[in-house]
Amino acid sequence: MNLDPKIPNGPLAEKWTNYKASQKLVNPANKRKLDIIVVGTGLAGASAAASLGELGFNVKIFCIQDSPRRAHSIAAQGGINAAKNYPNDGDSIQRLFVDTIKGGDYRAREANVYRLAEVSNNIIDQCVAQGVPFARDYAGMLANRSFGGAQVSRTFYAKGQTGQQLLLGAYGALSKEVNKGTVKLYTRREMLDLVIVDDRARGVIVRNLETGDIERYSAHAVVLATGGYGNVFFLSTNAMASNGSAAWRCYKRGAYFANPCYTQIHPTCIPVHGDYQSKLTLMSESLRNDGRIWVPKKKEDVEKIRKGELRPIDIPEEDRDYYLERRYPSFGNLVPRDVASRAAKERCDAGFGVNKTGLAVYLDFSEAINRLGKNVVKARYGNLFDMYEEIVNENPYETPMMIFPAVHYTMGGLWVDYELQSTVKGLFVAGEANFSDHGANRLGASALMQGLSDGYFVLPYTLQNYLADQIQTPRISIESAEFEQAEQNVRAQIEKLLNVKGTETVDSFHRRLGKIMWEYVGMAREKAGLEKAIKLISDLRKEFWKNVKVSGGAIGMNSELEKALRVADFLEMGELIAHDALQREESCGGHFRVEHQTTEGEAQRDDQNFKFVAAYEYKGSESIPELHKEQLEFEFVEVKQRNYK
Amino acid sequence: MNFTLKIWRQANRTAKGHFVDYKISDISPDASFLEMLDILNEQLVLKGEDPVYFDHDCREGICGACSLFINGRPHGKGEGTTTCQLYMRKFKDGETITVEPFRSRAFPVIKDLTVDRSAFDKIIQAGGYVSCHTGGVPDGNAIPVPKADADRAMDAAACIGCGACVAACKNSSAMLFVAAKVSQFALLPQGKVETARRAQAMVAKMDELGFGNCSNTYACQAVCPKHISVSNIARLNREFLSGKIVSPLRKED
Repeated sequence: MNLDPKIPNGPLAEKWTNYKASQKLVNPANKRKLDIIVVGTGLAGASAAASLGELGFNVKIFCIQDSPRRAHSIAAQGGINAAKNYPNDGDSIQRLFVDTIKGGDYRAREANVYRLAEVSNNIIDQCVAQGVPFARDYAGMLANRSFGGAQVSRTFYAKGQTGQQLLLGAYGALSKEVNKGTVKLYTRREMLDLVIVDDRARGVIVRNLETGDIERYSAHAVVLATGGYGNVFFLSTNAMASNGSAAWRCYKRGAYFANPCYTQIHPTCIPVHGDYQSKLTLMSESLRNDGRIWVPKKKEDVEKIRKGELRPIDIPEEDRDYYLERRYPSFGNLVPRDVASRAAKERCDAGFGVNKTGLAVYLDFSEAINRLGKNVVKARYGNLFDMYEEIVNENPYETPMMIFPAVHYTMGGLWVDYELQSTVKGLFVAGEANFSDHGANRLGASALMQGLSDGYFVLPYTLQNYLADQIQTPRISIESAEFEQAEQNVRAQIEKLLNVKGTETVDSFHRRLGKIMWEYVGMAREKAGLEKAIKLISDLRKEFWKNVKVSGGAIGMNSELEKALRVADFLEMGELIAHDALQREESCGGHFRVEHQTTEGEAQRDDQNFKFVAAYEYKGSESIPELHKEQLEFEFVEVKQRNYK
Repeated sequence: MNFTLKIWRQANRTAKGHFVDYKISDISPDASFLEMLDILNEQLVLKGEDPVYFDHDCREGICGACSLFINGRPHGKGEGTTTCQLYMRKFKDGETITVEPFRSRAFPVIKDLTVDRSAFDKIIQAGGYVSCHTGGVPDGNAIPVPKADADRAMDAAACIGCGACVAACKNSSAMLFVAAKVSQFALLPQGKVETARRAQAMVAKMDELGFGNCSNTYACQAVCPKHISVSNIARLNREFLSGKIVSPLRKED
């Protein structure tokens, strides 16, 4: 299949305008006859469902939790970018576009990224109108702060709970449509298969997580907004239920999976402390505005700290290595996430890590507290400091925080064209679930922007363009052979899992997979390690199907079964990630191949051979997926080696 | 650390529930309460028993999914924390810990410690939003909002919808939850327009769903993981009353 990104003609700044001017529309009477399924109620899913409901389409929306308000978008802390240029510091749509392309290490599609920058301003206006309580200055105007990868202050925020407030805004809009009856809400449902009828996505099979019922739902189009697959690493900043299964089932039904190896390791998380640990907690990137990252310069100080004989506050200024400021003087502590994470790893690998495990660096606020006063620091980051203290049992106002990188976000996802349509007709993918806008590395405060851009301002147009051809199609029956086959497929898998009756728990397999992923497919990857990982994952998968113990049955609530279904998919996904990382013989953004680095240890891209999107086509469980390449053309930005020095 | 856990087990919505005692040992003081339950569950699964069901997701105190009633208090001891942010170092070694679901007529038990809180969604659906649609809105800076108002709106908006306020209230009142939403919007010019309608519609829905009345014991505020203040209830009462008098809900509302 030819991968056609369907980029509209014309100059970059006019593409989206031209698209909207010439797209097909559906009249109000016909909208009522068209059904849309949205899977996921995070920023992308909730905003899409609300906006499509407002237009008059019949929307069904599904969420895995007990309420749409619990989607993991809620946990985003720092902020949302927009090119408003309110601070008058030189920002513009063009600059946000260039920063995002550069931040993504020139591995994203120009036209999509430009559109994202273009609608960023509408998002802020929309959220303000919804009553999102953004931070404001004393004049009553919206406040901004800085984030990594930018030299302007373009990040809007609501304390340390920006994701929560934006999600509650979208949840409110969604609730308004539920009240009107245009959107029907299904909670505690997990999508387990996509139904394709005559080459078009026409429905989903979901499991009712309370009753265990396998249910069928049909529609004229399906929107997948199910988030990322970071939990393939077991420990990540993702929520416990975050998983890649919905996207994976679509992949198995013919949607191409793009750039699976682009995973983001976030530099500022609370370090791992024990084997029983269930997840990692992020400390917002916004902390890098005022926090300075360092490790001791002298190994003997490191030793004493690890033994508890020396406190970090006792180390004099001249014996501290503010390594980001040293290596990257112009961006300092605000380098992009991939750069900051690797720099932390480099120092810890060199033996300068500061906690007992040797896997931590300091994030120090003493300079900011002296400069601004404790109250200002408290007003800015109070809730984050409190959270840190709860978890670590240390007071970050008095002693520096300890942080270490952790898996946070997946830039890869289902391949979509400019309209956010996958290679399966009628299957649209939004938010983190698609691969679209962040290239090989996402900038901070851009995930919220992308989720809402897709949902509020892109899908209402592009989905309508698709549905304009569907007005003659009557409501889709759920009694067809395709629905029956998909349902049986799901039932068979559940039966198979329950019948293994082995001796090892699902969590134990997940933990083992995570260790393989983190060790060989984590922050630094190399050929031998990746080949080893592929073998180990494949063996682990076989072992899983021979020896997993899933308690309970198919009827009623069964949390072990839910986890088993997800881990079964993670065990396949992990292999594809490693496979893609092996294929990509270059370093770019979050993908760092040890073999490909500059003499200074920076990521070394190979634009000659790898300036493409890697999109994989499923070829059956026993075959290697087929790689399709979407060549990236850069007409409007100059492709350069990234430089944050 | 070692603990005895007294956990409420209930097979489904209609089954009769009861307490079951479990012993658990070698728990790290740095483990979270939910991680301790994970360890218990892994042991139960290996023994071929049904694990204990509880809602949880983000495990960083923001999604509002976790909802345990621990030693007689929603989210356990400690101020301003959710269950997932409660660490075992807060308990005494050897302690017996009683774990129950949130109890309220409006929050029926689904299984074990999992309750149905969809009533909160229904209250929001009745009017807990600004009714603007996507697009056609003014510039974000077109209407200045005094910083103090924006800050107070944010404090009210911090509600995570966990339901601890209802679980703590002897009347199972949802007043703090409703008040937080009504206050957030009443304080902002964008939300002010619909305040009278919103307050009446949300209160009517709350009553319809079986939540009790507020009798000002402030138990809700004491257990709220996000420190939502009862002063919001005063604001809700004001908006509700003035709305009732000045612009009562009409049939078509």
